[in-house]
Amino acid sequence: MLQLIAMYFSQPFVWFAMIVLVLVSLCAALLGTSLVLKRFSMIGDGLSHVAFGATSIAAATSLAPMAVTTPVTVVAAVLLLRLNNNSKIKGDSAIAMISSGALALGYLVLNLFPGGSSNISGDACTTLFGSASILGLTKTDVATCIILAFAVIFFFIFFYNKIFAITFDESFASATGTKAEIYNSLLAMTTGVVIVIAMKMVGALLISALIIFPALSSMRVFKSFRSVIISSVCISLFCSVVGGISSMLAGTPVGPTVVAFNIAVFIIFWAIDCFKGARKSSAPEKA
Amino acid sequence: MSLITCKDLVLGYEGHPIVTGLNFTLENGDYLCIVGENGSGKSTLMKTLLGLKEPMSGELTFGDGLRKNEVGYLPQQSGVQKDFPASVFEVVLSGCLNKRGLHPFYGAMDKERARRNMERLGITHLANRCYRELSGGQQQRVLLARALCATTKLLLLDEPVSGLDPKVTIDMYELIRALNRDEGITVIMISHDISAALTYSTHILHISHEPRFFGRTESYLKTEYGRIFSGAAGSTAAKCASEGADNSDSDSNSDSNSDSNNDSNNDSNNDSNNRDNAQLHTAISESEADTAEENSENHKKEGDN
Repeated sequence: MLQLIAMYFSQPFVWFAMIVLVLVSLCAALLGTSLVLKRFSMIGDGLSHVAFGATSIAAATSLAPMAVTTPVTVVAAVLLLRLNNNSKIKGDSAIAMISSGALALGYLVLNLFPGGSSNISGDACTTLFGSASILGLTKTDVATCIILAFAVIFFFIFFYNKIFAITFDESFASATGTKAEIYNSLLAMTTGVVIVIAMKMVGALLISALIIFPALSSMRVFKSFRSVIISSVCISLFCSVVGGISSMLAGTPVGPTVVAFNIAVFIIFWAIDCFKGARKSSAPEKA
Repeated sequence: MSLITCKDLVLGYEGHPIVTGLNFTLENGDYLCIVGENGSGKSTLMKTLLGLKEPMSGELTFGDGLRKNEVGYLPQQSGVQKDFPASVFEVVLSGCLNKRGLHPFYGAMDKERARRNMERLGITHLANRCYRELSGGQQQRVLLARALCATTKLLLLDEPVSGLDPKVTIDMYELIRALNRDEGITVIMISHDISAALTYSTHILHISHEPRFFGRTESYLKTEYGRIFSGAAGSTAAKCASEGADNSDSDSNSDSNSDSNNDSNNDSNNDSNNRDNAQLHTAISESEADTAEENSENHKKEGDN
């Protein structure tokens, strides 16, 4: 088996694919903690549906998918954020409306304007659940992914303290002079970017899993913001590397394989938490 | 120029005014206590002062070149999420954020400032503990330490002592007084603890949908409300007294009986909230007793009426 892995990794395109997968998972994990704690998980999910719609339109009009999807998703991110903060329209139903609407329109457009494609349901399936194989990436895809991923990582490190402040207590942050609105929008827009670069690899429907699973697993066990972030990144890197290699070996689609590993890690962390909790409550404790 | 000037301010939600005709000015170094019943618009006023909410009409101006990054704020407990993974040090340090401007990271000075404020509040030993696992009183002190990190000119406190035990309450008041007197920080505090408000503040703003009083604490004591408040405060324990006083206040203003019933309902709701937030040991049985006492007091008064 090791020989087989070594053989795979002697090919440059395998390296490219793995680099993209690792970077995408890293970005998703970095943003995940904040998104989960800010109750933005649904926004991430909604955005990925919007991204699917945008990709379909790009395919129908034979434009470069990234060039259409990126701006549409980023604008949708800001829009969804506004909806979520608007107390008059219920945020969750608005998001559900937009995401299922985008999904429906996307598939409709794909069917109305096949744009030279002979296998519509195959195309849709790829966009929704990721490429059947990790190796379907072009060089431009890889380059764009790498640039965008580094932009996201830079954004996160540079604004780490501000992200913590607006996540922990938004009203305190804005009352004491931090422009919470701007950072919220930046966070949502960055999420949009991550979704665009992750879609090709893991598929629109599965991106949310990459974003929320590492954070939720880490929050079971770790108790400070920094340790949760670091742990999420480690979990995510581990799952993407192991998942990526397994998908090559077993010939399974990348996205679902990586997500399956994330689910396994979540169950393990959850069990650790339960175990710790049980030990604590059995020990004599002062209320 | 005054630090804060309110002129004919009207505050409310979605077109419904809660407080009307607010007029007051606050000078640098003042210590203002805002008192009044539940739902009278105290927290709404605080949110407006913090710039989290627009006034419906009227003017609110800040003088003396007061900038937002010179303001510290202690929210009511419910403002912070309960399942948040954050260490105490991370929370306190986040108060220093507004001094950083665009600079992305905290420096040694910020960390020193955070440590000093944690020491002041006696929470240094909690630095690496998880915020959500602390008791209500400890959480309150963590948030105050954060507010102290953020402030250099103005400190706003929304019921700072709710859920604290008597000793910590006194420490907290002394600390706030020291900040006000020694460091010249202007303090605005919402309080139900009327006896403390009268002891420590320089000014009182009493609101109940419309401002009933604004002025120096000494002159407040001479007004009808002031006498009732302080009289009630003498008779029973501090916290109980403030809430009892709220009720007796609305009674004395010859509100209808149903109103005073509502008030006592509000109070008991409030009590149970405090209890949830605080998860406090001893306070539970006490506050239950308080509520019972209040209710019986109310019934007596209604009988008298």
